[in-house]
Amino acid sequence: MNIAVLVKQVPNTTEIKVDKETGALIRKGIPTIINPDDLSAVEVALKLKATHGGKVHVFTMGPKSAESMLRELYARGVDDATLLCDKAFAGSDTWSTSLVLSTALKRHRFDLVIAGRQAIDGDTAQVGPQVAEFLGIPHISYVDEIRGVDATHCFLRKKEEKQSMHLKCPFPLLITVLDGIAKPRYMNMTHIFNNASRDVEILDNDALAIEKADLGIKGSPTKVKKTYAKSITKKTTAESLAPEDAAERILAVLREKGGMPDAL
Amino acid sequence: MRYDDGKDCFIYIQHEHGVIENGSLELITKAKELLSDTEENVVAVLLGTLDQNTHDTLADYGADAIIVCEHPDVSAYDCLNHAAVLTEIIETHHPKSFLFPGTVRGRELAPRISARVHTGLTADATRIELDNDEGQTHSLAITRPAFGGNLFATIITPDHVPQMATIRPGVFEMKKVNTPYAKRIDHTTDVELKSPIEIEAIIPKENDNASIADAKLIVSAGRGVKDCLDMVQHVAKTLNAELGASRALVDDGVVAKLSQVGQTGSTVRPLLYMACGISGALQHTAGMDKSETIIAINNDPAAPIFDVADLGIIGDAKEILTHLMRRLDVSNTP
Amino acid sequence: MDHLLNDQHKLVQKTLRDFTANEVKPLAKAIDEGERFPRETVSKMAEMNLFGLPFDTAYGGAGGDTVSYAIAVLELSKACATTGVILSAHVSLCAAPIATWGNDAQKEAYLPGLLSGASLGAFGLTEPNAGTDAGAQKTVATEHDDHFVLNGNKIFITNAGEADLYIISALTNPDARHRGISLFIVEADTPGFSVGKKEMKLGIRGSSTRELILDNVTVPKANLLGKRDKGFAMIMEILSGGRIGIAAQAVGITEGAIEEALRYTSERKQFGKPIISFQNTQFMLAEMETKKEAAKQLLFKAARYKDQGRPYAKEAAMAKLYAGNTTTEVTQQAVQLFGGYGYTREYDVERMMRDAKITEIYEGTNEAQKMVIANMMMKEGAA
Repeated sequence: MNIAVLVKQVPNTTEIKVDKETGALIRKGIPTIINPDDLSAVEVALKLKATHGGKVHVFTMGPKSAESMLRELYARGVDDATLLCDKAFAGSDTWSTSLVLSTALKRHRFDLVIAGRQAIDGDTAQVGPQVAEFLGIPHISYVDEIRGVDATHCFLRKKEEKQSMHLKCPFPLLITVLDGIAKPRYMNMTHIFNNASRDVEILDNDALAIEKADLGIKGSPTKVKKTYAKSITKKTTAESLAPEDAAERILAVLREKGGMPDAL
Repeated sequence: MRYDDGKDCFIYIQHEHGVIENGSLELITKAKELLSDTEENVVAVLLGTLDQNTHDTLADYGADAIIVCEHPDVSAYDCLNHAAVLTEIIETHHPKSFLFPGTVRGRELAPRISARVHTGLTADATRIELDNDEGQTHSLAITRPAFGGNLFATIITPDHVPQMATIRPGVFEMKKVNTPYAKRIDHTTDVELKSPIEIEAIIPKENDNASIADAKLIVSAGRGVKDCLDMVQHVAKTLNAELGASRALVDDGVVAKLSQVGQTGSTVRPLLYMACGISGALQHTAGMDKSETIIAINNDPAAPIFDVADLGIIGDAKEILTHLMRRLDVSNTP
Repeated sequence: MDHLLNDQHKLVQKTLRDFTANEVKPLAKAIDEGERFPRETVSKMAEMNLFGLPFDTAYGGAGGDTVSYAIAVLELSKACATTGVILSAHVSLCAAPIATWGNDAQKEAYLPGLLSGASLGAFGLTEPNAGTDAGAQKTVATEHDDHFVLNGNKIFITNAGEADLYIISALTNPDARHRGISLFIVEADTPGFSVGKKEMKLGIRGSSTRELILDNVTVPKANLLGKRDKGFAMIMEILSGGRIGIAAQAVGITEGAIEEALRYTSERKQFGKPIISFQNTQFMLAEMETKKEAAKQLLFKAARYKDQGRPYAKEAAMAKLYAGNTTTEVTQQAVQLFGGYGYTREYDVERMMRDAKITEIYEGTNEAQKMVIANMMMKEGAA
């Protein structure tokens, strides 16, 4: 089974801070990580490869520096890695990004494409489904279990708010997976010393030949009008209260708001 | 595909077993409010059977018209078949905007359509306004959180129609506005519905955590009460409240992800929200600051949670909970 | 330090940091309290091929080097010295000797298991009356047609009882003292071979340290490692390699203690401000950091020398001597910075201080290191 995995290098958002003066993100010195959902996607692919054979090929779009992330994936046992890197790609929204990724994917034949549910910097969850549309293959989002695979079909569990669905879909298809689907493995020592320094395939737009008009900020249907950090407006002043008094005050509010259980 | 003059705001109506998803009704209400002074209509788009009851409900919440496709192959949700028919509806009616509830299904379906019709899609938005700048008459300015809620970005789609967005459920109120009459428009589809996806089984969620997003009362725990979580749970249970949690506790693995309130969890707007030992990072407050009343207990006077609290108590949460439990248990004893 | 690491070393460091934070640190306190060998961690380390780290890929090694091995032991020991020494003893004291002196049949038989982590290794050298004076050992191997029969007792054996394979030193020529020592590969399930009492220790309490009892243990001649009667020189070399592992463990404990101290002194307030704002705290931290860095340089110098095929016995001895001294001192200072809290088991520095001491004792005491260093100095001076 040939599997493609879509991955993204993202800033570690838990460490991001906002400049209180300017409202801008302080991104300087923030370490980058492999998007957590994507790492689970890679793990799913490596597990499928272990049982069903085939190859795992990861694709990312990003700056040259994303190469280091791809090496970390080599160190986990990924077979091939492609970095889609061109100035023309910079600033692409999900539509343009998906166009770039799908154009690169079309150079190969994959049975299964796996993407993480969403990236922690953008949180859009859109690239996977959009890539599937551009590839003309079905997609299933929010998969939390691969229940099985046979010669022609993939059996999946999709997680919705109030239920789970067992779905069956023929190959080829694209799935987006939740991070709980598989615990990512650590880099393997043997792969570090024998795979990690292998070349990463780097493709620019000369190779992909996508219309310039469809790329970057210009080619993106959505535009960012403005960004801002949220400011919180102060409502009251907090008080120091003895525990007994504090409990009474809480009870008073509960009563006032009808929050007390009927029995009380 | 580009349309030069779309009109109206379309809302995707997610439904199952005759029940309409609140997220869709919230969008109808919100769109109605935004477009009330314009010539534009709010159009509910429903794939499936439109009975009188459903028709009335959609009208009650503000739909001016309802496009309905009763083809049997789209009566149940299927991403590919729904995408095909919705694309056809877009091509037939040229809406100016098309909003989807930011549910699992909405977020699975909308990107597929936006790729197909070549238009912009904004994900999981928490705010919509009319964007009347630069002649963008009645286009939408759609705001969404990014970077784990540290930053908000306002997104527009100036050159493509329809402008699409998925909107986080629970952010807007759903309100009956009594639209006098909602016109029914039947859509007969010509597309071949051939989705290869088969549903083998539907499994209801095991412990039905009566979705925290709908809770009227939430008692929420943060790292500050990690060592007395049982007390928080006890108080929540006594008050018939849902248990909420900060991301920190969920990350620590002591509370289920379902209970997480905040940018990367659920947005809640209960009548009363009680935050115990939660410092109130933006990540958290952005998901609960619309609660009607907020009580916050924290031992750090500088905790940002106090900035959104109606009643802020500086003190040891464990001690306060002990007293609260005692009082609640006393009044609970027959 | 990090500027001297190549890309692969950095990947080893990065993944070991993740592994330590997620899998090792959460267990450190419990395995210390319960004096429990962390078997589950060993399995996880095997999955990453950590046990084959500095070995050739021929028998399932990872193809890494001594520097990467030192990084691995260091990173594990930052959070848990017990876990660090499990790897160190396995690699330096059991797998390395077989990889170095084993014949093809021995390598074929034992390396795949050891390097994949399917079997764990240990080394039986020390005896009740033969510590630093390794030549005074009493375990004997008497020769028969196609086998040797081993009799004797070994004590303080790291990984004992948990290991599947042991390298055992024994006298094949008892009258020749250290010129009559040979090394044998002994499988744990060999009849007559058993483990004795488990030591109750000050530190590294999750590490299994036990007595080995050899009661008429029959070992085929095929399991004689290297040349007969030439064991002593091999032991000296094994210990030199082991010292790199223990120096790495010591530097790891030191780094871990400094990280804890830095965080605590930034949070702990006295007289209205964080105690790190007091110059006494800053000076202590500065000294701790400087010594740690010096120890680390010695460690990686020894590791690089070994990788380059240069003599490294003196460097390894200096690294272990200084790193051991440093970790004992720095962990005590860390406890001091924590004040009363540091003396409680609530905080990791208490365990770190107890764990640190062993690095001045095993793989040769401080005094033994000085003997090695001085010997090498005299040889160099004579040359």
